[in-house]
Amino acid sequence: MAIHSREARHGASAKSALRPPALRLEGVRKSYGHVLAVAGVDLTVQEGEFFTLLGPSGSGKTTLLRLIAGFERPDAGTIELAGRDVTSTPPHLRQTNTVFQDYALFPHMTVADNIGYGLRIKGIPKAEREERVQTALSMVRLAGLDKRKPNQLSGGQRQRVALARAVVNEPEVLLLDEPLGALDLKLRQEMQLELKRIQQKVGITFVYVTHDQEEALTMSDRMAVMADGKIEQIGPPVEVYERPATEFVAGFIGISNVLERNGIRFVVRPEKLHMLEEGQEPRSGMTVESGIVEQVVYVGMSTRYIVRLDRGEQLVAVRQNMDAPGQALRYEGRRVRLAWVPGHTYVLDHQRARGESALSEHDTEER
Amino acid sequence: MAVEAAGRPRKKSGAASLQSWLWRRRWLSSALLLTPPLGWFLLIYIASLALLLVTAFWQINFFTTQIEQVWNLDNFRTIVSDPTYRIIIGRTVALAAVVTITDAVIAFPFAYYMARVASRRIQTLLFAAVLLPLWASYIARIYSWILILNHSGVLNWSLQSLNLPPADIGYTNVAMWIVFSYIWLPFMIIPTYAAMERLPESLMEAAADLGARRWRAVRDVVLPLALPGVVAGSIFTFSLTLGDYITPILVGGESSGWRSLGLGTGSTFIGNVVYSNVGIANNVPFAAALTMIPVAIMTLYLLGAKRLGAFEAL
Ligand SMILES: Nc1ncnc2c1ncn2[C@@H]1O[C@H](COP(=O)(O)OP(=O)(O)OP(=O)(O)O)[C@@H](O)[C@H]1O
Ligand SMILES: [Mg+2]
Repeated sequence: MAIHSREARHGASAKSALRPPALRLEGVRKSYGHVLAVAGVDLTVQEGEFFTLLGPSGSGKTTLLRLIAGFERPDAGTIELAGRDVTSTPPHLRQTNTVFQDYALFPHMTVADNIGYGLRIKGIPKAEREERVQTALSMVRLAGLDKRKPNQLSGGQRQRVALARAVVNEPEVLLLDEPLGALDLKLRQEMQLELKRIQQKVGITFVYVTHDQEEALTMSDRMAVMADGKIEQIGPPVEVYERPATEFVAGFIGISNVLERNGIRFVVRPEKLHMLEEGQEPRSGMTVESGIVEQVVYVGMSTRYIVRLDRGEQLVAVRQNMDAPGQALRYEGRRVRLAWVPGHTYVLDHQRARGESALSEHDTEER
Repeated sequence: MAVEAAGRPRKKSGAASLQSWLWRRRWLSSALLLTPPLGWFLLIYIASLALLLVTAFWQINFFTTQIEQVWNLDNFRTIVSDPTYRIIIGRTVALAAVVTITDAVIAFPFAYYMARVASRRIQTLLFAAVLLPLWASYIARIYSWILILNHSGVLNWSLQSLNLPPADIGYTNVAMWIVFSYIWLPFMIIPTYAAMERLPESLMEAAADLGARRWRAVRDVVLPLALPGVVAGSIFTFSLTLGDYITPILVGGESSGWRSLGLGTGSTFIGNVVYSNVGIANNVPFAAALTMIPVAIMTLYLLGAKRLGAFEAL
């Protein structure tokens, strides 16, 4: 089969532990006029890794991806692919392929011709090309649609063609720019699983851009949170979620409850808060504060309680909806006590928050 | 009635109800809007075309040079059976084709540069350069070409100062080819440019991303997607060349210098024959019949162009 299995790739990387990382960025900057789109990014992505760039709109994710693909030249810094400096290599000579945010399928070519285009340029003979196109088509579950034109496909099908067109070339690094952005929730969740399955099967390094934090958390091996062209934190999803490095990260990923006590700022995740009713006692060692439920928000599987503490801050607590529907609404306006285990909080470290050297150190200690 | 309506909670004001009445009859407002141009089109354009068609079936009395409204096919029979006319038609179509191809070959890289390479400022400058000649009189532009191409013109003068033999292309079909290609060029550039301008940049990036060098991406992506624009432009260059009679009169000459284009000698074109039949021979029915030839050719051409998607590109 044309596409490597994950075992094959991993076997190879195990043999040479000294293999260079699939992608390495060092001090990469890019500005458009006086807008600093990427403001000095250091980043290392290992081979076969599913790496996600997460950040709000305008944080520089697309720009970073375009720099890696070669559509933009950085103002400063270096970009390495598999140990080779490609900073000034044009896109057609880079071992990367991109799944564009708007798919960018060639409208005048059939699905099969779209997918086979990269192979045709490489001069792969027709028979092998057709075989690989068919393999790619069935991988994205579109077998039988090869004769269609892109405008005869649904959004989700187009997205999968774009994916197949990129994956079939077996690039060093696959770059995906919010590829699921246009899909409805259900299709998006299906495609998330599918993407993960494909990535594990072919073992290609993925650099995946999204602004959906849930998508980032569920799919990534590691993720970077970006803001204003900078990386705020890099780490595995659990670490980024449980131990956000900065207030920005805490706020962007999940609901952030930031409190300051005795001069220390820390985060308590909503699901870590126990809401005690009158008469209920906290377990020993828990911190307890009281307040009033200001608002109850029903979100299907769970209910959010927005509580105003007596000390002034607002906290959000979450409970699974195990009671009969409608029970939760009774809480509005009630006095409650919130309790948490101090060990489940995470202190926001301001020294680490913005220091770039600390960030890259963090990055390298990761693997 | 007002009293009765006053009690209703959702009473409409007069203007609003007129608007909703019109909105429900949207065809009415578009009909109102289209009536003047459509009327003009039907009356002036279609009617005169129809009259032309009818005239083609009449004949002329050669002694009185009066039109006789006698229905017959003699004019068409002459055109089809007389080899002179067949050659003239063939030559005219060939010239139109050569001019169209020349313009397409020149316009494509020009439009590509304008739409996809040039900065905004240069784009504006080039646009002005393309459109400005259209403001100058057609005749003036042809005369300036005569000054360049004729025997003692700028071209031969330049060749002479380089010690090269003179190119005797003034008043030949080569001159017509050059002049036609020049004057119709903007009509090719603009639709080609429009088609290229519409292509999203990400398509070119996708081609590069998949390993295509620039020229390869142009060939595989820009060329097929801009083709409807080129075909749209060719409608203009082809039909304008087919129907023109001024350039053959001013620039064309007797029968030399047609070597390179291999279309035989002679520089009589459909336009000339029509012109001389109207103006000199006063045989309007025959001129009308001959005019039907380019009309028929263009009808076929437009049908072909439609299949290539040229009308979406306009
Ligand atoms: N071609 C450009 N010219 C000028 N400014 C640009 C250009 N491209 C991006 N920018 C600016 O650079 C910054 C980063 O943009 P970028 O597209 O990388 O954001 P993003 O993180 O991908 O956002 P989104 O999630 O909305 O796609 C933004 O402030 C944007 O306005
Ligand atoms: Mg983006």
